[in-house]
Amino acid sequence: MKRVAVIVFPGSNCDADTLAAARAAGSDAYFVWHRDTDLRQADVVILPGGFSYGDYLRAGAIARFSPVMTAVVAHARAGGPVLGICNGFQTLCEAGLLPGALMRNAGLRFLSRPAWVRVEQTDTPFTCLYEPGEVLELPIAHGDGRYVVDPRTAAELEATGRVVWRYVRDNPNGSVNAIAGVANAVGNVVGVMPHPERRAAAVLGGLDGARVFQSMEARHATQHAGDVRAVGDRHLRV
Amino acid sequence: MSTFRVAVRVLPRDALLDPQGEAVARALHALGFGEVGRVRVGKHLVLDVAAADGAEALARARAMCDRLLANPVTEDYAVALEEEPVG
Repeated sequence: MKRVAVIVFPGSNCDADTLAAARAAGSDAYFVWHRDTDLRQADVVILPGGFSYGDYLRAGAIARFSPVMTAVVAHARAGGPVLGICNGFQTLCEAGLLPGALMRNAGLRFLSRPAWVRVEQTDTPFTCLYEPGEVLELPIAHGDGRYVVDPRTAAELEATGRVVWRYVRDNPNGSVNAIAGVANAVGNVVGVMPHPERRAAAVLGGLDGARVFQSMEARHATQHAGDVRAVGDRHLRV
Repeated sequence: MSTFRVAVRVLPRDALLDPQGEAVARALHALGFGEVGRVRVGKHLVLDVAAADGAEALARARAMCDRLLANPVTEDYAVALEEEPVG
Protein backbone atom coordinates (compact mmCIF):
# COMPACT_ATOMS: atom_id res chain seq x y z
CA MET A 1 0.00 0.00 0.00
CA LYS A 2 1.43 3.29 -1.11
CA ARG A 3 1.32 6.48 0.90
CA VAL A 4 -0.19 9.16 -1.32
CA ALA A 5 -0.13 12.82 -0.28
CA VAL A 6 -2.86 14.91 -1.93
CA ILE A 7 -1.86 18.56 -1.58
CA VAL A 8 -4.65 20.98 -0.71
CA PHE A 9 -4.22 24.61 -1.75
CA PRO A 10 -6.76 27.33 -1.01
CA GLY A 11 -8.97 26.96 -4.06
CA SER A 12 -8.30 23.29 -4.78
CA ASN A 13 -11.62 21.65 -5.62
CA CYS A 14 -10.73 18.19 -6.92
CA ASP A 15 -8.85 17.16 -3.78
CA ALA A 16 -11.63 14.99 -2.34
CA ASP A 17 -12.25 13.22 -5.66
CA THR A 18 -8.54 12.58 -6.04
CA LEU A 19 -8.26 11.23 -2.51
CA ALA A 20 -11.24 8.93 -3.16
CA ALA A 21 -9.76 7.66 -6.43
CA ALA A 22 -6.41 6.92 -4.78
CA ARG A 23 -8.09 5.11 -1.88
CA ALA A 24 -10.26 3.11 -4.28
CA ALA A 25 -7.03 1.96 -5.94
CA GLY A 26 -5.82 0.70 -2.57
CA SER A 27 -3.56 3.58 -1.56
CA ASP A 28 -3.17 5.02 1.90
CA ALA A 29 -4.08 8.53 0.73
CA TYR A 30 -4.28 11.61 2.93
CA PHE A 31 -4.45 15.40 2.59
CA VAL A 32 -1.50 17.72 3.16
CA TRP A 33 -2.37 21.39 3.64
CA HIS A 34 -0.29 23.76 1.53
CA ARG A 35 1.19 25.45 4.61
CA ASP A 36 2.58 22.16 5.90
CA THR A 37 6.20 21.45 5.11
CA ASP A 38 6.18 17.71 5.87
CA LEU A 39 4.81 15.20 3.33
CA ARG A 40 4.66 12.54 6.09
CA GLN A 41 6.72 9.88 4.30
CA ALA A 42 4.72 10.09 1.09
CA ASP A 43 5.57 7.61 -1.67
CA VAL A 44 3.58 9.62 -4.21
CA VAL A 45 2.49 13.26 -4.28
CA ILE A 46 -0.57 14.46 -6.20
CA LEU A 47 -1.40 18.11 -6.90
CA PRO A 48 -5.14 18.12 -7.58
CA GLY A 49 -7.28 20.28 -9.82
CA GLY A 50 -9.02 23.49 -8.88
CA PHE A 51 -8.27 27.17 -8.83
CA SER A 52 -5.49 27.66 -6.31
CA TYR A 53 -5.32 31.29 -5.20
CA GLY A 54 -8.17 32.05 -7.60
CA ASP A 55 -5.80 31.65 -10.56
CA TYR A 56 -4.61 35.18 -9.71
CA LEU A 57 -1.76 36.41 -11.89
CA ARG A 58 -1.51 33.05 -13.73
CA ALA A 59 -2.89 29.62 -12.93
CA GLY A 60 -0.53 28.00 -10.42
CA ALA A 61 1.81 31.01 -10.24
CA ILE A 62 1.22 31.68 -6.55
CA ALA A 63 0.63 28.09 -5.46
CA ARG A 64 4.13 27.17 -6.57
CA PHE A 65 5.51 29.33 -3.76
CA SER A 66 3.38 27.68 -1.07
CA PRO A 67 5.47 26.33 1.82
CA VAL A 68 4.67 22.70 0.91
CA MET A 69 6.21 23.09 -2.54
CA THR A 70 9.76 23.00 -1.13
CA ALA A 71 9.05 19.45 0.04
CA VAL A 72 7.30 18.57 -3.23
CA VAL A 73 10.30 19.75 -5.25
CA ALA A 74 12.68 17.80 -3.00
CA HIS A 75 10.50 14.69 -3.38
CA ALA A 76 10.54 15.10 -7.17
CA ARG A 77 14.30 15.72 -7.32
CA ALA A 78 14.83 12.54 -5.29
CA GLY A 79 12.91 10.60 -7.96
CA GLY A 80 9.61 10.34 -6.11
CA PRO A 81 6.49 10.14 -8.29
CA VAL A 82 4.52 13.40 -8.60
CA LEU A 83 1.27 13.79 -10.53
CA GLY A 84 -0.31 17.16 -11.32
CA ILE A 85 -3.89 17.14 -12.54
CA CYS A 86 -5.29 20.24 -14.28
CA ASN A 87 -4.41 23.07 -11.86
CA GLY A 88 -1.76 20.73 -10.47
CA PHE A 89 -0.26 20.43 -13.97
CA GLN A 90 -0.25 24.22 -14.26
CA THR A 91 1.47 24.47 -10.88
CA LEU A 92 4.16 21.92 -11.82
CA CYS A 93 4.92 23.93 -14.96
CA GLU A 94 5.11 27.16 -12.99
CA ALA A 95 7.42 25.43 -10.51
CA GLY A 96 9.73 24.37 -13.33
CA LEU A 97 9.24 20.66 -12.60
CA LEU A 98 7.68 20.24 -16.04
CA PRO A 99 8.51 22.15 -19.24
CA GLY A 100 6.13 24.58 -20.88
CA ALA A 101 3.08 26.44 -19.64
CA LEU A 102 -0.71 26.32 -19.87
CA MET A 103 -2.31 29.34 -21.51
CA ARG A 104 -5.85 30.51 -22.19
CA ASN A 105 -7.82 28.06 -24.34
CA ALA A 106 -7.57 28.99 -28.01
CA GLY A 107 -11.35 29.35 -28.18
CA LEU A 108 -11.38 31.47 -25.01
CA ARG A 109 -14.27 29.51 -23.51
CA PHE A 110 -14.01 27.52 -20.32
CA LEU A 111 -14.45 23.90 -21.43
CA SER A 112 -16.31 21.41 -19.27
CA ARG A 113 -17.02 18.28 -21.27
CA PRO A 114 -15.62 14.84 -22.11
CA ALA A 115 -12.42 14.67 -24.14
CA TRP A 116 -10.59 11.75 -25.68
CA VAL A 117 -6.93 11.13 -25.10
CA ARG A 118 -4.56 8.47 -26.37
CA VAL A 119 -2.06 6.98 -23.97
CA GLU A 120 1.29 7.64 -25.65
CA GLN A 121 3.66 6.58 -22.90
CA THR A 122 3.08 3.71 -20.49
CA ASP A 123 6.49 3.77 -18.81
CA THR A 124 5.48 6.18 -16.04
CA PRO A 125 4.31 5.59 -12.47
CA PHE A 126 0.82 6.74 -13.51
CA THR A 127 0.24 4.94 -16.82
CA CYS A 128 1.99 1.59 -16.47
CA LEU A 129 -1.32 -0.33 -16.39
CA TYR A 130 -2.55 1.10 -19.70
CA GLU A 131 -1.92 -0.37 -23.11
CA PRO A 132 0.12 1.84 -25.45
CA GLY A 133 -2.25 3.63 -27.81
CA GLU A 134 -5.34 3.04 -25.69
CA VAL A 135 -7.93 5.81 -26.12
CA LEU A 136 -9.62 7.04 -22.95
CA GLU A 137 -12.62 9.24 -22.36
CA LEU A 138 -11.77 11.70 -19.60
CA PRO A 139 -13.51 14.93 -18.59
CA ILE A 140 -11.82 18.27 -19.11
CA ALA A 141 -12.72 21.33 -17.05
CA HIS A 142 -10.39 24.24 -17.71
CA GLY A 143 -10.07 27.74 -19.07
CA ASP A 144 -6.28 27.68 -19.29
CA GLY A 145 -5.48 24.34 -20.86
CA ARG A 146 -3.55 25.25 -23.99
CA TYR A 147 -0.18 23.59 -23.56
CA VAL A 148 2.55 25.85 -24.93
CA VAL A 149 6.20 25.00 -25.31
CA ASP A 150 8.89 26.27 -27.66
CA PRO A 151 9.36 24.23 -30.87
CA ARG A 152 12.74 22.86 -29.84
CA THR A 153 11.41 21.53 -26.53
CA ALA A 154 8.30 20.18 -28.26
CA ALA A 155 10.49 18.20 -30.65
CA GLU A 156 12.54 16.92 -27.73
CA LEU A 157 9.40 15.84 -25.84
CA GLU A 158 8.21 13.93 -28.90
CA ALA A 159 11.59 12.34 -29.63
CA THR A 160 12.14 11.18 -26.07
CA GLY A 161 8.67 9.79 -25.43
CA ARG A 162 7.71 12.40 -22.88
CA VAL A 163 4.27 13.08 -24.34
CA VAL A 164 2.18 10.87 -22.05
CA TRP A 165 -1.32 11.67 -23.29
CA ARG A 166 -2.48 13.30 -26.52
CA TYR A 167 -5.94 14.58 -27.45
CA VAL A 168 -7.56 12.66 -30.27
CA ARG A 169 -10.71 13.36 -32.32
CA ASP A 170 -10.18 17.06 -31.60
CA ASN A 171 -7.72 19.38 -29.90
CA PRO A 172 -10.09 21.15 -27.52
CA ASN A 173 -7.85 23.97 -26.33
CA GLY A 174 -5.27 24.40 -29.11
CA SER A 175 -2.39 22.68 -27.31
CA VAL A 176 0.90 22.29 -29.18
CA ASN A 177 0.84 18.87 -30.92
CA ALA A 178 -2.47 18.21 -29.11
CA ILE A 179 -0.50 17.42 -25.96
CA ALA A 180 -2.74 16.61 -22.98
CA GLY A 181 -0.05 15.43 -20.59
CA VAL A 182 3.74 15.32 -20.32
CA ALA A 183 6.49 13.85 -18.17
CA ASN A 184 9.81 15.25 -17.04
CA ALA A 185 13.08 13.83 -18.38
CA VAL A 186 13.35 11.19 -15.65
CA GLY A 187 9.69 10.22 -16.00
CA ASN A 188 8.73 10.52 -12.34
CA VAL A 189 6.91 13.85 -12.65
CA VAL A 190 3.79 13.82 -14.81
CA GLY A 191 1.16 16.44 -15.59
CA VAL A 192 -2.23 15.87 -17.17
CA MET A 193 -4.93 18.39 -18.12
CA PRO A 194 -8.00 16.08 -18.18
CA HIS A 195 -9.34 14.63 -14.94
CA PRO A 196 -8.72 10.90 -14.45
CA GLU A 197 -10.18 11.09 -10.93
CA ARG A 198 -13.54 11.99 -12.47
CA ARG A 199 -13.66 8.69 -14.38
CA ALA A 200 -12.41 6.41 -11.65
CA ALA A 201 -15.68 4.85 -10.47
CA ALA A 202 -18.61 3.30 -12.31
CA VAL A 203 -21.00 5.71 -10.62
CA LEU A 204 -19.09 8.59 -12.26
CA GLY A 205 -19.83 7.24 -15.71
CA GLY A 206 -16.71 5.26 -16.43
CA LEU A 207 -13.46 3.77 -15.25
CA ASP A 208 -11.06 5.06 -17.88
CA GLY A 209 -9.14 7.10 -15.32
CA ALA A 210 -8.93 4.50 -12.55
CA ARG A 211 -5.72 2.90 -13.77
CA VAL A 212 -3.84 6.17 -13.28
CA PHE A 213 -4.23 5.51 -9.56
CA GLN A 214 -3.92 1.74 -9.78
CA SER A 215 -0.66 2.24 -11.68
CA MET A 216 0.83 3.93 -8.61
CA GLU A 217 0.13 0.80 -6.61
CA ALA A 218 1.39 -1.47 -9.39
CA ARG A 219 4.72 0.36 -9.48
CA HIS A 220 4.89 -0.08 -5.75
CA ALA A 221 4.19 -3.77 -6.10
CA THR A 222 6.79 -4.34 -8.79
CA GLN A 223 9.34 -2.35 -6.83
CA HIS A 224 8.58 -4.53 -3.82
CA ALA A 225 8.75 -7.82 -5.65
CA GLY A 226 6.32 -10.47 -4.55
CA ASP A 227 3.64 -8.20 -3.15
CA VAL A 228 1.24 -7.96 -6.05
CA ARG A 229 -1.98 -8.69 -4.23
CA ALA A 230 -3.17 -5.09 -4.30
CA VAL A 231 -3.28 -4.92 -8.08
CA GLY A 232 -4.39 -8.41 -9.06
CA ASP A 233 -2.94 -9.67 -12.30
CA ARG A 234 -2.41 -6.30 -13.94
CA HIS A 235 1.22 -6.16 -12.88
CA LEU A 236 1.94 -8.97 -15.33
CA ARG A 237 1.51 -6.58 -18.22
CA VAL A 238 3.93 -4.02 -16.85
CA MET B 1 14.71 55.49 1.23
CA SER B 2 11.94 56.78 -0.97
CA THR B 3 8.95 55.11 -2.52
CA PHE B 4 8.99 54.76 -6.27
CA ARG B 5 6.07 53.84 -8.46
CA VAL B 6 7.07 51.24 -11.02
CA ALA B 7 4.85 50.24 -13.91
CA VAL B 8 5.22 46.65 -15.09
CA ARG B 9 3.88 45.64 -18.48
CA VAL B 10 3.50 41.93 -19.18
CA LEU B 11 2.58 40.78 -22.68
CA PRO B 12 2.27 37.37 -24.29
CA ARG B 13 5.33 36.43 -26.34
CA ASP B 14 5.16 37.77 -29.85
CA ALA B 15 5.20 34.36 -31.51
CA LEU B 16 2.39 32.95 -29.37
CA LEU B 17 -1.29 32.85 -30.19
CA ASP B 18 -3.12 35.51 -28.17
CA PRO B 19 -6.80 34.57 -28.45
CA GLN B 20 -7.87 37.45 -26.21
CA GLY B 21 -6.11 39.95 -28.45
CA GLU B 22 -7.69 38.42 -31.53
CA ALA B 23 -11.16 38.57 -29.98
CA VAL B 24 -10.68 42.23 -29.04
CA ALA B 25 -9.45 43.03 -32.58
CA ARG B 26 -12.54 41.38 -34.08
CA ALA B 27 -14.82 43.32 -31.73
CA LEU B 28 -13.10 46.60 -32.64
CA HIS B 29 -13.48 45.82 -36.33
CA ALA B 30 -17.17 45.06 -35.78
CA LEU B 31 -17.55 48.49 -34.18
CA GLY B 32 -16.06 50.16 -37.22
CA PHE B 33 -12.50 50.67 -36.01
CA GLY B 34 -11.10 49.15 -39.16
CA GLU B 35 -7.77 50.93 -38.73
CA VAL B 36 -6.84 48.57 -35.90
CA GLY B 37 -4.41 45.86 -36.91
CA ARG B 38 -3.09 43.41 -34.42
CA VAL B 39 -4.20 43.64 -30.79
CA ARG B 40 -2.50 41.93 -27.88
CA VAL B 41 -3.82 41.72 -24.34
CA GLY B 42 -1.52 41.59 -21.35
CA LYS B 43 -1.29 42.87 -17.81
CA HIS B 44 -0.31 46.18 -16.31
CA LEU B 45 0.86 46.15 -12.71
CA VAL B 46 1.68 49.19 -10.60
CA LEU B 47 4.12 48.60 -7.78
CA ASP B 48 5.06 51.04 -5.03
CA VAL B 49 8.63 50.10 -4.20
CA ALA B 50 10.79 51.40 -1.37
CA ALA B 51 14.32 51.95 -2.69
CA ALA B 52 17.32 54.24 -2.41
CA ASP B 53 16.84 55.48 -5.96
CA GLY B 54 14.91 54.82 -9.14
CA ALA B 55 17.52 52.50 -10.60
CA GLU B 56 17.33 50.26 -7.55
CA ALA B 57 13.52 50.24 -7.69
CA LEU B 58 13.65 49.15 -11.33
CA ALA B 59 16.23 46.45 -10.62
CA ARG B 60 14.05 45.05 -7.84
CA ALA B 61 10.98 45.15 -10.07
CA ARG B 62 12.87 43.17 -12.73
CA ALA B 63 13.77 40.58 -10.11
CA MET B 64 10.07 40.35 -9.17
CA CYS B 65 9.18 39.79 -12.82
CA ASP B 66 11.76 37.02 -13.13
CA ARG B 67 10.53 35.26 -10.00
CA LEU B 68 6.77 35.73 -10.18
CA LEU B 69 5.17 38.45 -12.24
CA ALA B 70 5.93 37.08 -15.72
CA ASN B 71 6.21 33.53 -17.00
CA PRO B 72 9.45 33.29 -19.00
CA VAL B 73 7.95 30.57 -21.21
CA THR B 74 5.04 32.61 -22.45
CA GLU B 75 5.48 36.27 -21.56
CA ASP B 76 7.78 39.25 -22.00
CA TYR B 77 7.86 42.15 -19.59
CA ALA B 78 9.01 45.74 -19.41
CA VAL B 79 9.46 47.93 -16.35
CA ALA B 80 9.34 51.73 -16.18
CA LEU B 81 9.45 54.37 -13.47
CA GLU B 82 6.03 55.94 -13.62
CA GLU B 83 6.91 59.21 -11.94
CA GLU B 84 9.16 60.81 -9.36
CA PRO B 85 9.17 59.35 -5.85
CA VAL B 86 5.65 59.10 -4.48
CA GLY B 87 6.69 59.10 -0.85
